[in-house]
Amino acid sequence: MKKMSKPLILAAVLIFCAGFGTAWAGNIVIKGSTTVLPIAQKTAEAYMKENPDISISISGGGSGNGIKAIIDGTTDIADSSRFIKDKEVQLATTKGQYPVPFAVAYDCIVPVVHPSNTITDLTMDQLKAIYKGEIKNWNQVGGPDRPIVVISRDTSSGTYEVWEEKVMKNERVYPGALLQASNGAVAQAVAKNKNAVGYIGIGYMNDDVKPVSVGGVVGSSETTLNGTFPISRPLFMFTNNWPTGDIAKFINYVMHPEKGQKLVKDAGFVPLY
Amino acid sequence: MIFSQKYKDRWMKYFFLTVATASVSILVMITLFLFMEGIPIFQKLSVMDFLFGEYWYPTAEPPDFGIFPLIAGSLAVTFLSAMISIPLGVLTAIYLAEIASYQFREIVKPVVELLASLPSVVIGFFGMVIVAPFLQEVFDVATGLNLFNAALMLAFMSVPTICSISEDAIYSVPVSLKEASLALGATSLDTIVRVTIPASISGISTAVILGMSRAIGETMVVLMVAGGAAMMPGSIFDPVRPLPASIAAEMAEAPYRGDHYYALFAIGIVLFAFTFMFNIVADYVSNRYRQVGEATL
Repeated sequence: MKKMSKPLILAAVLIFCAGFGTAWAGNIVIKGSTTVLPIAQKTAEAYMKENPDISISISGGGSGNGIKAIIDGTTDIADSSRFIKDKEVQLATTKGQYPVPFAVAYDCIVPVVHPSNTITDLTMDQLKAIYKGEIKNWNQVGGPDRPIVVISRDTSSGTYEVWEEKVMKNERVYPGALLQASNGAVAQAVAKNKNAVGYIGIGYMNDDVKPVSVGGVVGSSETTLNGTFPISRPLFMFTNNWPTGDIAKFINYVMHPEKGQKLVKDAGFVPLY
Repeated sequence: MIFSQKYKDRWMKYFFLTVATASVSILVMITLFLFMEGIPIFQKLSVMDFLFGEYWYPTAEPPDFGIFPLIAGSLAVTFLSAMISIPLGVLTAIYLAEIASYQFREIVKPVVELLASLPSVVIGFFGMVIVAPFLQEVFDVATGLNLFNAALMLAFMSVPTICSISEDAIYSVPVSLKEASLALGATSLDTIVRVTIPASISGISTAVILGMSRAIGETMVVLMVAGGAAMMPGSIFDPVRPLPASIAAEMAEAPYRGDHYYALFAIGIVLFAFTFMFNIVADYVSNRYRQVGEATL
């Protein structure tokens, strides 16, 4: 065992050095929201392909952790699915940091039903009551006399987070709701069940499910961008101070209508333009 | 030469010892890891609150980590699937071992065993796309993704295990026992029910328990077809969320080393306890009721 330890230490030291080595050659660290993660990943991959000398490392951990990291100075860019809170701004200023937000995309969650369902519109209150298990039959909201099968997402997903915040107003989805683990699985389950209601990111909409307008507003890129569709939110990347150098170039790439924003759309989100 | 032979023997011994202990040590390490990542949740809430809590809202503020509906879901699915798979598996085994002709047996047995090689995601997809709409139409239930569908799919998966192992057990009952029974004037049916099955009951029980242990640990199928509602099932057509489905659906996005993460590993411990128990029972039963020799019956 003793003989083994020397090469091991040497190897560890070498790996450490290698780690710092790449840090000198244009390294960008991104941390934060798992919702923004696919955007960060896709744009970072494409960016690194165009600029091989830049290496970008990305990790999740949630919006709160990302913003905490930018305040502590342990990341270059923080992904966040919400705006920075007053408390966090105060904490940042006491530490001499100045977080700058960049809206990079919009998240738009559309309620969907089976194509045979006659329902075309639900209000936010109706949606909330359905997901709380208070409305159990479609005829209570003007539809056919059929039980409502509520389909929700796993509680750790970003899509669920939007739903919980905007529709449920942080009350709980009732335990009888069916759980699916992805946007695609929700669409599939709704397409196969004439009683079902679900919600999916606008990028996953297909012809097998029928979108429902919310309070008369149809969920689309336009209604998301002009702020009339209620189940939507901007997604942010925060930098520390106004970005310069490599970080500024990367942010510009993400915001670029032909480059980053195309990838935003591919990832199932609403691009800025 | 003598030395080299001696060393060769010794090296062979060590080599095989290493190989044999590799899987054991891997198991020990995984178990250790499971407990290390799962135990910290019990600093936040008691074991009783965890096991018997009624609500599972891991990301709410404040979170609820009660897994009782999940345990109930797992047990209900396993029990119902056993109700389907035990008769199917054991009766098939009896037919194949005792009644079917040699040629037929040689064809059917491999086919039944082939059922075990179907990837679980395929069975899950079948349940989701074909069986769920069918159940919904025929039984006029709200959703086809429910306890019954999951139990049916899991039964498909455990039938090969149950059938194959019980068939081996029944087939290995000494012929002299059966001949003695027939010579005393018993019919074939009597011989099977009164002699062959009692003589092979330890093998059949082992088969059943191993089949059930496969059903309780199965993840993909229950994630896809059980519906995933974290509530106590009221009927066999209610959606449920068994333990493995919760882990699979939530682990990817649970914050690393957060309470949710620890709670999911704690679910893993519970699941491990269940399968461990099943295996201990299987081991005990197969030793306790083993048919030794021909005179003990």
